[in-house]
Amino acid sequence: MKFEKMEDGHYGLDVKGYVCPHPQIYTKKALEKVNAGEVVEVVFDNPSSGESIAAMCESTGDEIIEKNQEGGQYKWSIRKI
Amino acid sequence: MDDQMKKNRLWAYVIIGTLALISAGTYAYNEYYIYLSVYLWFGLIYGMCLQYGRFCFASAFRDLFAVGVPRMVVGIMIATVLFAFVGAFVTASGLSTFHPAPTSFHAVVAGFIFGIGMVFAGGCASGSLYKTGEGSGSALLVILSISVSQAIFADIGGWTNKLVPNSWRESALSKGLPESIRVEDGWLDQYLAGYVWDQPVTTFAKMSGWSNESLMGAFLGNLVIGVIVPAAVLLIVVYLVWSRKSYMRKNLGRDQPAPTFADDLAGFWAMITANKRTAIAGLVLGIAAGMHMFVIQGLRVKFGVKNAGTLLERMGFDFGISVNGTVFDPGYWYVTTQEAQWVGWTIQKLGGENMDNIYFGFVNGIPNPAINPADWMSIALIGGAAVMALLSNEFKLKRPTLELATWALIGGALMGIGSRLGLGCNVGAFFVRVSQGDPSGWLFGLGMIGGAYIGVKVFNWWTERRMARQFEASGI
Repeated sequence: MKFEKMEDGHYGLDVKGYVCPHPQIYTKKALEKVNAGEVVEVVFDNPSSGESIAAMCESTGDEIIEKNQEGGQYKWSIRKI
Repeated sequence: MDDQMKKNRLWAYVIIGTLALISAGTYAYNEYYIYLSVYLWFGLIYGMCLQYGRFCFASAFRDLFAVGVPRMVVGIMIATVLFAFVGAFVTASGLSTFHPAPTSFHAVVAGFIFGIGMVFAGGCASGSLYKTGEGSGSALLVILSISVSQAIFADIGGWTNKLVPNSWRESALSKGLPESIRVEDGWLDQYLAGYVWDQPVTTFAKMSGWSNESLMGAFLGNLVIGVIVPAAVLLIVVYLVWSRKSYMRKNLGRDQPAPTFADDLAGFWAMITANKRTAIAGLVLGIAAGMHMFVIQGLRVKFGVKNAGTLLERMGFDFGISVNGTVFDPGYWYVTTQEAQWVGWTIQKLGGENMDNIYFGFVNGIPNPAINPADWMSIALIGGAAVMALLSNEFKLKRPTLELATWALIGGALMGIGSRLGLGCNVGAFFVRVSQGDPSGWLFGLGMIGGAYIGVKVFNWWTERRMARQFEASGI
């Protein structure tokens, strides 16, 4: 697992290789840590975590602004509201 | 369509084609193989549904407690109610293959241990099968751990005999089991014969004064009282605690002082339909699970047998059949026992003795995995999940890290022990039993909820520490 600052207001969270519940828990903690308006780019490859992350954002109001999928790997950008 | 998708589609066809060839070829050799093929094709359906709906029982309460997501609780309750509905028809027609389990506090304890294990492992017993089909090495390790831990736990004796209460030992000895079953040597044997078998076996229908096969018993007792009412109560609690606030925040008008009952109804329905994939998977799973019982019982009537052990013996296979002439043949969806059996069979082939305990020697046997009906179901389940993952470009081979492998082995072992104490896993001990009006299913579920809560607490502690280091390194 790797969390890093990519540029001002933009963070990267790499949870490739992790199964449930790691990706969604790390995503939740990352979104709790950053400020409103900042973006966390989450990279994961566990499909079911995507369902949980999407439902979590739906519940909190955080906005998934970009979704990419390639060869079983997902890259989602989430803006904290 | 890009090259990868073409390759994926080809592999999906290869899997389906291979299963079809196995079915056709074995049927041509001996018609009894159709019995195994029924397990195989229902297994394929279960695998496809589980992958399509990302249907994992572990995530139901884990994601609720960890990230506040009710998606999977809803999906499971939809599947349970649908299975119960179809099951009520099957039961009322006298074609049910279901036998209720003993009901007592042991189911809560078993569910609790299982619940912790499934959170640690990252998936329940069925979830780990479908995730193996997605290419997860970690899920494969979970299956391995569940299998080995069950086989060892089923046969463990020696110093553990000293932990058995005298009352269990005496009660177990009084059961008059065959001499080949050395009931005095084995913790699980004495737990089963000396304690679990002495507990009451009932259903909501019987508790209400009806027989299971009567219309009142099947529909009002087992379906309405045993499933629909508790499932509705559970979903209402989940809505009020986890879903209502966010729904009202998004949908309540600014000038509206308080939500009306109509708002709550709309919010409840929004929670039920929030994830269509999961809801659809739950719907198909529920119906398929009911049909599975119906078809298997139909074949038993056709062939004049009560258990697949008789069919295997008629086909000339006599290795690993229990002292009662039976093998594991649940007649419905089940996961863990067939996993224990292949390890039990391997140990036996390597010179160990695994037929002197109740679990293998008296009830389930350890037939060759190649002709074990329930094994056909599990293998096809993995195949079905792989087909769906390939077709949606979600298949990816993932080697587990040391951290994940450790969680997988610990979690799998806890699930293995929990499932033997509870006589089943999240499917056999919870989903099937609850759906068929067996109160012990709800007790196992209650334990699973408690276990999931504790498992999430441990996970939160673990991830908090790791995340804190990352936050510090990134200067946030």
